[in-house]
Amino acid sequence: MLKITATRASALGTAREPIDKRQRMVDGALKKNQYRQDALIEVLHTVQSIYGYLTDEHLWYVAQQLKLPPSQVYGVATFYNFFTLKPPGEHTVVVCHGTACFIKDSRAITAALEQRFGIKPGETTSDGQLSLSIARCLGSCSLAPTAIVDGVVHGRTTPDTFVALVEAAISQNESKELTSKADGMP
Amino acid sequence: MNSDELQSSAAEELRLCASVPRRVQVCDDTGCRATGSQLVRQSLEDAAKARGANVRIEGTSCCGFCARGPIIISRPDDTIFAEVTVEQAPLIIGGEAPVATEATVSGSRPVTILPADLPFFARQTRIIMANAGEIDPQRIESYVAAGGYRALERALHEMTPQQVVDAIAQSGLRGRGGAGFPTGVKWGLVARTDSDQKFVVCNGDEGDPGAFMNRAVMEGDPHLVLEGMAIAGYAVGASQGYVYVRGEYPIAVERLRKAIHQAERQGFLGSRVFDTSFQFRIDIRIGAGAFVCGEETALIASIQGGRGAPHPRPPYPAQSGLWGKPTLINNVETLAAVSAIIDHGPEWYARLGTEKSKGTKVFALAGKITNTGLVEVPFGITLREVIYEIGGGIPDGHAFKAVQTGGPSGGCIPEQFLDMPIDYDSLARVGSIIGSGGMIVMDETSCMVDVARFYMDFCMSESCGKCIPCRAGTVQAYRILDRISRGNANLDDLARLESLCEYMQKASLCGLGQTAPNSVVSTLRYFRDEYLSHIVEHVCPAGVCDLSQTRPFMRSEGVS
Repeated sequence: MLKITATRASALGTAREPIDKRQRMVDGALKKNQYRQDALIEVLHTVQSIYGYLTDEHLWYVAQQLKLPPSQVYGVATFYNFFTLKPPGEHTVVVCHGTACFIKDSRAITAALEQRFGIKPGETTSDGQLSLSIARCLGSCSLAPTAIVDGVVHGRTTPDTFVALVEAAISQNESKELTSKADGMP
Repeated sequence: MNSDELQSSAAEELRLCASVPRRVQVCDDTGCRATGSQLVRQSLEDAAKARGANVRIEGTSCCGFCARGPIIISRPDDTIFAEVTVEQAPLIIGGEAPVATEATVSGSRPVTILPADLPFFARQTRIIMANAGEIDPQRIESYVAAGGYRALERALHEMTPQQVVDAIAQSGLRGRGGAGFPTGVKWGLVARTDSDQKFVVCNGDEGDPGAFMNRAVMEGDPHLVLEGMAIAGYAVGASQGYVYVRGEYPIAVERLRKAIHQAERQGFLGSRVFDTSFQFRIDIRIGAGAFVCGEETALIASIQGGRGAPHPRPPYPAQSGLWGKPTLINNVETLAAVSAIIDHGPEWYARLGTEKSKGTKVFALAGKITNTGLVEVPFGITLREVIYEIGGGIPDGHAFKAVQTGGPSGGCIPEQFLDMPIDYDSLARVGSIIGSGGMIVMDETSCMVDVARFYMDFCMSESCGKCIPCRAGTVQAYRILDRISRGNANLDDLARLESLCEYMQKASLCGLGQTAPNSVVSTLRYFRDEYLSHIVEHVCPAGVCDLSQTRPFMRSEGVS
């Protein structure tokens, strides 16, 4: 039952990078952690960083390699907010809903994004361009309200400027350079 | 390495710093990065290159004044530049800056220089953040030059483990993670438990929304945390340590990883630390986004690779923790205070603070306050001093309404207690806690029912689901709060909410469930009238809640 089938193994590599390289990276992480069962979270972090999300096949594979019940691997993958079982969009936006951001009305930013892109937190646009999610606290409370576009933290955002930032990120794939300029130094 | 070698290594680094006529330090913390400090640094480097200026440009740790970032500090003249833009950066290098003092700055162009006697800095007492804005967090030499690893060396060569435990006990240090348990007692418990293996865990799972002091310490002074852990390991007899870092803090992980590597190469960690028989290794564990993992038994479950579900205590982790072995779990800030206590002596530390709350605490000021950022103050300072003198008061002419301390487990403190000293016991008396040190200031535009609902929503989604009072209680409490905020609740609901809060406090398994009702209880205690105006008059006094969808029969009920 734990044995991974050929089709499952092949499903490990579906997109951009060739199967071998990504598979090798996963195997490397397993080896580095000496196949220890307590390294489950570390291994899942690695798998998600390589593939962007966790599929059933990934979970099966990790379970088999670490000799853990699949139920435990699935349990851990669904317990922690960091792990996602759904493919993320091309661009990811995270709006902080921590207390400081909440007091400075980050809900308005989320609402503006929902309205503009027609998705709710946790969803991805139908064209796969944008995923929206909510963070419990990004730890940059002094710059509230904060939000992340493709890994870059933006502080003191407003609904209008932030929607514009996201639009810019989508229209130009060089989002990192652009957004840091558009963000504007004080 | 011995004491002489450590001293000569520190002297060498100081000589190196003095050999450059000028050093320009750019804040490399997540906060300043978000305001563009990386681009400013690039611009500084370009300008220095173009002009052939003999300037060393380096990164530094968060000086705490995140509200005015990006912060740049020039040495040896100690000028602090704030809100530096890419265009202004060359002016700093050239030394021809059309500088303005804080008072004369209008608009944007002149480079803002913060006066050295600014209350924000002058009123602080820095122990944990002593190196903030001073050292380069990525270079161990920089930490050693600031006196780093001296305490570990002293502990290993001049003190017995029992003397270290006693010193921590005498200092009066209490846990900075929230519960405020005496650290010396905890260390003594682990030290006394017999076992072939023991562990030290640094709890860096800073889950409280609104608190970020642990991030700043891990990013800005990673060696301080490692040194504290090593001293703790020596004191309790552990040979392995784990730093559990929140997944949301990638820079902290990167810095700690680098720091561990550097410390091992220098012989401050690993086998035969400082040429003694003491060995201590540190590994990093990265969290995956679960607030409950800040609870120590849940943290243990998570380090072991499982779901972060707590289990009943006793046995306490001090007796049976990681893999059933005695485990010392301390917060980042607690461990960060250790080296200063050993270095300067417990009496020195115990002189700061109040009778039962010794030393200093770092608070994260955020919300409706002018100077947001990190401040370190001795216990016993009043809330008013922190909020108005250091924090600069409430911006835009708004009025202070409450300050929320302690995160989801804490409470809201209203205006009448502003002159109360900040210490563990005073805050507990008014229904809040120090917690990890978050201070969210609210003005009259915040609705307290809405705030309580926000925290209950947080606790509801972060409940691990293991025990029923928390799993079901948070959902039901949230639903009632949601109905109140929409004007669809009656007074019976309010009574139900209050008894539910009591059940949860008494029957929940761990701290998350036991303290989840605190935000409701404290807002009901001081702002009951706001609840009543939502319920009876269907009005939100702060104008935040949307009561347009109030059901008609609720309105008639309210009138009758």
